[in-house]
Amino acid sequence: MIGNFFKSLYGEKENKVCKKCGRSFTYSELAKHSMICPNCGEYFRMTPRERLVMICDKFEEVDANLTSENVLNFPNYDEKLKTATKTSSSKEAVVCGVAEIAGEKFVIFVMNSEFMMGSMGRVVGEKITRAFEMATEKKLPVVGFTTSGGARMQEGIYSLMQMAKVSGAVKRHSDAGLLYITVLTDPTTGGVTASFAMEGDIIIAEPNALVGFAGARVIEQTIGQKLPEGFQRAEFLQEHGFVDVIEKREKLKYTISNILKLHSC
Amino acid sequence: MGAYEKVLKARNSNRPSGAFFVNRMITKFVEFHGDRRFSDDGAIVGGIGYLNDMPVTIIAMERGDDVNERIKRNFGCPSPEGYRKALRLMKQAEKFNRPVICIINSSGAYCGIGAEERGQGLAIAENLMEMMTLKTPIISVVTGEGGSGGALALSVADSIFMLENAVYSVISPEGCASILWKDSAKADEAAEALKLTANDLYNFDVADKVIEEENMSYDEICDNLKCEILAKLSELKEMPIEELLEKRYQKYRNIGKL
Ligand SMILES: [Zn+2]
Repeated sequence: MIGNFFKSLYGEKENKVCKKCGRSFTYSELAKHSMICPNCGEYFRMTPRERLVMICDKFEEVDANLTSENVLNFPNYDEKLKTATKTSSSKEAVVCGVAEIAGEKFVIFVMNSEFMMGSMGRVVGEKITRAFEMATEKKLPVVGFTTSGGARMQEGIYSLMQMAKVSGAVKRHSDAGLLYITVLTDPTTGGVTASFAMEGDIIIAEPNALVGFAGARVIEQTIGQKLPEGFQRAEFLQEHGFVDVIEKREKLKYTISNILKLHSC
Repeated sequence: MGAYEKVLKARNSNRPSGAFFVNRMITKFVEFHGDRRFSDDGAIVGGIGYLNDMPVTIIAMERGDDVNERIKRNFGCPSPEGYRKALRLMKQAEKFNRPVICIINSSGAYCGIGAEERGQGLAIAENLMEMMTLKTPIISVVTGEGGSGGALALSVADSIFMLENAVYSVISPEGCASILWKDSAKADEAAEALKLTANDLYNFDVADKVIEEENMSYDEICDNLKCEILAKLSELKEMPIEELLEKRYQKYRNIGKL
């Protein structure tokens, strides 16, 4: 399966433009540079497929076909789901599966900011809950890549309750003595920050990733002042004691593999 | 009554806040302050006392009644210290086998620089995890506004009650309208769409009981609520802990099951 991933990545024709320096690159050039701008070093946001190719030696997806429905009959949600499915070429905002790095087996979930900003509804909550339940049953560690705008408000209270549901599954996994590594990527906010993003035994963040509970605009409106430079960035979180490791993207695979190995004997 | 009218009613300043329920339901109440980490958050009042003759821990969101009180209590919006105080008191309750009652009435967790610096997200996340396996019964009651993650952080419970005119939502109708339709004036439409009333939540199996309010004073409502809490706690206290925790887990596992 991972072979197909590679093929499809390098087969992409469209060029990508760096939002910081404005230079355009071919897809394969960027993929070779871990989706980091070869000119200015800006991190491109990564899709689950790109992330899995970068991190895993082997990967087998689970629950690939769960799709959301408009359970509350919320205005325009059906259309939004359709558009998101089309533009992101994925079925929901998270991909889960069983993976391997250097012979270490683990359960992985990778969120997708291209699908409705990685918001968490019933399907995202269910897939991540099942991933933790599977990991507990198989006695495997979990590695989770987070990126999310928060709860998916079109699913009302159901989306909020996913935070409790996933946290329950994380707790059971933790109580079984198993390892959970979170990797915070840009941006991780709202209900995902206030649940499983912050529940890892070890919390890694990508440099400069925006991570917070409240959105910057909401805070500015609440306090009536501008926010300081670097507010809610990975370095800010580390300075305040909430992030174990800030790791460069090109070294993430090595660091995750190293930490997994340290827990496997 | 439309959903948005209920939201306004739930927020109404004449509606009692957390301390009212504590004072009316609990005798010999002793308030405990502080999270033993950083400070004491006035938005959350917690302590111990008797519910009839049953020792309980009670934790209530309190927004304050006059201007000074409101400032002191940050308009009922808890900071990370509030959630950490709540968790500390819950762990204490677990140690001494006291059931926990949480009273929820807040527009949400505080959105400010200090709250982010001190880990608002982490504070909520830890409560969600720890409450799921807290080895003593927990009942949460939404008495007014149940605002998103800030309310959820005190409502991982064995049973959730809601007053008839309380609401509980993932986002405020105003916030929802301004994000989706760039128009906070469409809050009434958003309130309908979000399905946030006590009856909605009862139908979704989030709320386990709705406490009637019609034609009753708040004293009467509170007395009825107390009876319902007592009955439920007596039932929950009889349950073996493993069964209690499994049922708690399954409650959240099954909400909106696919
Ligand atoms: Zn660049």
